[in-house]
Amino acid sequence: MGIWGMFVKRNLMKKLIGMTIFQVAIILLFISSAVKFGGTIPTFDPSIGATDPTLYVNPLPHVLMLTAIVVMVATSGVALAILLIIYRRYHTLDEQEIIKRMRE
Amino acid sequence: MTINQLPVIIPVSLLLFTFITFLLGVWRKNLAFPSALTGVTISLLASIFGLITVLQSGPIHYYLGGWAPPLGIEYVLDDLSAFMAVIILSIAFLSMIYSRQSFLKEVPDKIVPLYSLLLLLIAGLSGIVVTGDLFNVYVFLEIASLSAYAVTGIGNDKAPVAVIRYIIIGTIGACFYLLGVGFIYFATGSLNMADVAHLLPGLSESRLIVVAAVFIVIGMALKMALFPFHIWLPDVYTYAPSGVITFVAPLMTKVGAYVVIRMLISVFMPDYLAGTLPIMTVVSWLAAVGIIAGSIMAIAQKDMRRMLAYSSVAQICYVALGIGLANPIGLIGAMLHILNHAVMKGCLFQVAGGIRYSTGLWHIPRFAGLGRRMPWTMGAFAVAAISMVGIPPAAGFFSKWYLVLGSVDAGNWIFVAIILISSLLNAIYFFRILEKVYASPQVDDPAINTAVDPPRSMLAPMMTLAISIIVLGIINAVIVTNILQPIVKAIS
Repeated sequence: MGIWGMFVKRNLMKKLIGMTIFQVAIILLFISSAVKFGGTIPTFDPSIGATDPTLYVNPLPHVLMLTAIVVMVATSGVALAILLIIYRRYHTLDEQEIIKRMRE
Repeated sequence: MTINQLPVIIPVSLLLFTFITFLLGVWRKNLAFPSALTGVTISLLASIFGLITVLQSGPIHYYLGGWAPPLGIEYVLDDLSAFMAVIILSIAFLSMIYSRQSFLKEVPDKIVPLYSLLLLLIAGLSGIVVTGDLFNVYVFLEIASLSAYAVTGIGNDKAPVAVIRYIIIGTIGACFYLLGVGFIYFATGSLNMADVAHLLPGLSESRLIVVAAVFIVIGMALKMALFPFHIWLPDVYTYAPSGVITFVAPLMTKVGAYVVIRMLISVFMPDYLAGTLPIMTVVSWLAAVGIIAGSIMAIAQKDMRRMLAYSSVAQICYVALGIGLANPIGLIGAMLHILNHAVMKGCLFQVAGGIRYSTGLWHIPRFAGLGRRMPWTMGAFAVAAISMVGIPPAAGFFSKWYLVLGSVDAGNWIFVAIILISSLLNAIYFFRILEKVYASPQVDDPAINTAVDPPRSMLAPMMTLAISIIVLGIINAVIVTNILQPIVKAIS
């Protein structure tokens, strides 16, 4: 759906939304890989002990995705800043319209 | 300081100087440039020292935080990464010297953030090269890309529109790479390159790995602007400030190529990728089409930057062709071409920036008579152009030679023909400029009449690159036998 948004929509803002949906989907995919049924949060719990790893949820994907979320926020930040510049210059976010005005 | 810390010093000193440059720059604007240059110089020295050490005594490993792999993140400096690090940092160093005058003229009020972002860009690029961790590559890739978006967005009115397209395509590329890494992680439970390579042979039937390989190659194809994913590139290169482009054009796309080579050599084995998957064949055919299409588009351009941008599209396809052949000679050709093209394109974009600096022109038909007005600049241009076409003493000939040999080795005569035809096409668009510059009678154009060579700080890096094109051509046998052959020996 995110990719569809990016290629089909003509409004740059909507393209950006598509991009974010795509990124969030990937993050969810990673997180879902960490789930273990019957697992608990990955901090040491004396009542369970550290011998059986299946009792803990795998923490690594969460850590990775924390980094990926930071990257995503930064990407959206830069993209929004640039959209702002475009809007101030051309007063529209429609791609065709901007291309038309660039040629003038 | 011990030898073991070399891999980590290269990106970290750049990251550190990103902040120092910004803080010093806010305090005193003039200090931004010396501080940025210091950062690049430290990393350059570290990488040259690293390359020498690696060649003498083998790869250097550094475990961040003392956690040994596969648990911790590992930084590796081996032949390939040291080779790439030296290329990236020497081009960055020369461009940094070059950019000073050009920034002062084009974007005087944005110098401080520009230098910090450029350092961040170089830090990201060198980080990709030295890391031995799949997820870490993604992080550094995004550091480099985000700062590239920001620096190319500083430019004239059209730059932001070009950059938003770059952001969207670049992010899709990075996301595909991330998906690929995710699938590898699901299948193997590890993110360390060496560990994954160790675990993969047992899993070669797994569909997950096949999908992962395809996603990673697609992601990197988007990042390195492989035809037909090149649509963002010409606009970005055309509208960004000319000082910035001397950083972005020679380096940004090469790193995408590096990641593919790294995946090929150290993670997936080439036999596996070439044997079970047609992906490498697809890559090489796309590259072959891209070489021709890029060259033809370049002939059609009248704007010098745009012509060089399309020529970049064609040149990166040479690298991709070498990778796609996936045999040792083809890979040597690809890696040699990464080096040569970084030097040649750096030189050409610096010349373009120099012409712009002195005359304010981009339009090729108005260049008549520049050869007499700007002898040094156009001399550098002539050398780079000869190398791009591939005339023997210059470096460009040798990488094409290896690519041709690699194609013959793969038994693919169509690729041989394509490389030869594209050399002719290159000749058309470069000799057209040379003819205009040297042979055309001088017309009475005020911009040309007052033109002189740009100041020394711009001329020196340009001439250094031009001379190194010739030197690299002469010593290419040394590079191939000492650095590149050990890299591919592991796979053949």
